[in-house]
Amino acid sequence: MRKLLASAYKEIVLLSRDLGGIAILFIMPLVLVVTITLIQDSSFRTIQDNKIEILLVDFDKGIVAKHISEGLTASNSFEIISIPSETEAKEAVRQGKYQLAIVIPEKLSEKLQQKVANNVESVLAQFSVEEEPIPISEEKIEKKEIKLYFDPATQIAFKNAVKNGIDKLISHIEIQTIYQAFQEQMEEEDTAIFETESFISYKEIVPTGGDEGKVPNSAQHNVPAWALFAIFFIIVPLSINIVKEKSQGTFVRLRTQPVNYATVLGGKTLVYVGVCAIQFTLLLLVGVFVFPSIGLPQLEVGGRLPLLYTVAIFSGLAAVGLGLLLGTVARTQEQSAPFGATLVVILAALGGVWVPVFVMPRFMQLLSNISPMNWGLNGFYDVFLRNATFTEILPEISLLLLFFIVTISISIVYNERKNAV
Amino acid sequence: MIEICNLSKKYKGAENLSVKELNLTVNNQEIFGLLGPNGAGKTTLIAMLSSLIQPTSGSFSINGLTFQQHKNKLKQTIGIVPQEYALYPTLTAYENLHYFGSMYGLHGEHLKSLIHTHLEHLGLAKFANKRINTFSGGMKRRVNLIASILHDPKVLFLDEPTVGVDVQSKNVIIEHLKELNNDGTTIIYTSHHLNEAEAFCHRVAIIDHGNIIVKGEPKALIASQEGAHNLEDVFLQLTGKALRDHA
Repeated sequence: MRKLLASAYKEIVLLSRDLGGIAILFIMPLVLVVTITLIQDSSFRTIQDNKIEILLVDFDKGIVAKHISEGLTASNSFEIISIPSETEAKEAVRQGKYQLAIVIPEKLSEKLQQKVANNVESVLAQFSVEEEPIPISEEKIEKKEIKLYFDPATQIAFKNAVKNGIDKLISHIEIQTIYQAFQEQMEEEDTAIFETESFISYKEIVPTGGDEGKVPNSAQHNVPAWALFAIFFIIVPLSINIVKEKSQGTFVRLRTQPVNYATVLGGKTLVYVGVCAIQFTLLLLVGVFVFPSIGLPQLEVGGRLPLLYTVAIFSGLAAVGLGLLLGTVARTQEQSAPFGATLVVILAALGGVWVPVFVMPRFMQLLSNISPMNWGLNGFYDVFLRNATFTEILPEISLLLLFFIVTISISIVYNERKNAV
Repeated sequence: MIEICNLSKKYKGAENLSVKELNLTVNNQEIFGLLGPNGAGKTTLIAMLSSLIQPTSGSFSINGLTFQQHKNKLKQTIGIVPQEYALYPTLTAYENLHYFGSMYGLHGEHLKSLIHTHLEHLGLAKFANKRINTFSGGMKRRVNLIASILHDPKVLFLDEPTVGVDVQSKNVIIEHLKELNNDGTTIIYTSHHLNEAEAFCHRVAIIDHGNIIVKGEPKALIASQEGAHNLEDVFLQLTGKALRDHA
């Protein structure tokens, strides 16, 4: 036990003398989480001073264009800029100055009303009791097309969201026009006979197992994901630490001493899991206290701290296990540092840190099950977003612990075999 | 006593044995020098005796202990001063010694006292709290030595303990080793400094190509070789003047 504590103390002193290393371990994760949350938050949230500017070319000058313009403005996501030329709009979008240009064709409103009126007349004619049939216009009304010019760099998700929004606005106008046409045909222009408000509405409910009125914010998603990323990045300095010990000869001395490799690794594990816990604490503090002051939603951790730290520490164990294994196997820093960094990014991608697992292809979803980051992330989401209990996170933390045991066992066996030259 | 019996070592992928069926007995409280050109097998022999590598064949025992049966007890019995510094550059001399002393099971006031005594003896007391990366080569060599003798080993292996140090440091190291030997420590020592070995060792063995060519007291060896005035003459007569570069 004394040897383990002495090893841990030595690691603490070594770490405290490496200011650059401390900066990377503690400051970079904070910068990362704040940056990513700021970017993602502005993508998902409607921020008054951050509206997306879109161009509107209105050749219609009628009710449809007015409705689309008002609808998009009312959504608080867009700022409409009207310009007279389709060519100019197209060029501005092509150059990436604007994400989108909407071109509303000539006489769209007029033709829509005409088409609806014809249809309504046709319907009413079927029910007419008068001897003289209601005359039905036989004029062929050609279809009209609203053009949407998208910046080639625009992401599909944004395109789909805009197309759905405009589609909804157009449907609404068509329904309104139909109601209005019926009203006119039935000569009840002063008294409304139709209630035009939508009958069916929806309510967003997030089943969290607790307060279902609360919708998780971007901080709740980002802090655990990027905290996990930072925790796993510890494999880089940890593997370098071991490679350095090998190259400076201290490992050779330790091998001649009555101390086993497990004790040496145990000392490193204690310290670097502690580092993970400190990283996580700093990230929580930033989420709770710094986020609100820079316009980001506050991270809510109330009552969940013990479970959050449980997941963080077990994730830290898994990360440390991987770092120890990498350091044991690698011969040089040139091997361990780039490999470690790339491995973390791959594990993060597989684990769902960049893109949610459910949108991945089937094969990648299966593959994500073997990423310790996926287990950690699920554990964090269970606690943060689903109000999970200790029993519910037990599968994830068990996998993380098992991963640590497997990696450290491989390290010890590998070290013994390598030294049995 | 160290008893080595038919000890051989062949590294993976190597064509030849680095140490060939070597037999040797080193008596208690003896200072024994292993001399030989580069690649002769000196370091390989010491690495086997200190459990850093496993022999391909043969056996050895140190004070009746073998690594197969008494691994930790044997590690507690021996001390190894490696050729490289084997110290943490960003830790102070005291911190390094405290850590390596702890790994021998030493602790508390006893360990502190041992560290200060050895630092004092080797002229490093006032540098105890300075980081190793600020030390000169000679100072590092002295700390390297202390790290290996804190636990009072019965047998001490030294692989080129005075390489790259100034005359003053070399003198302090040798004198300290003599004191240790007087107190009962058996010393196995490799060096390229033949004059130093001649003055320091009770017996020496000249090794080449993994074999012991000759062994005995330095004066006896000098006397046995015609025209030899010192150990260096003996060495050159037995190993030749050709360069022994290897990679």
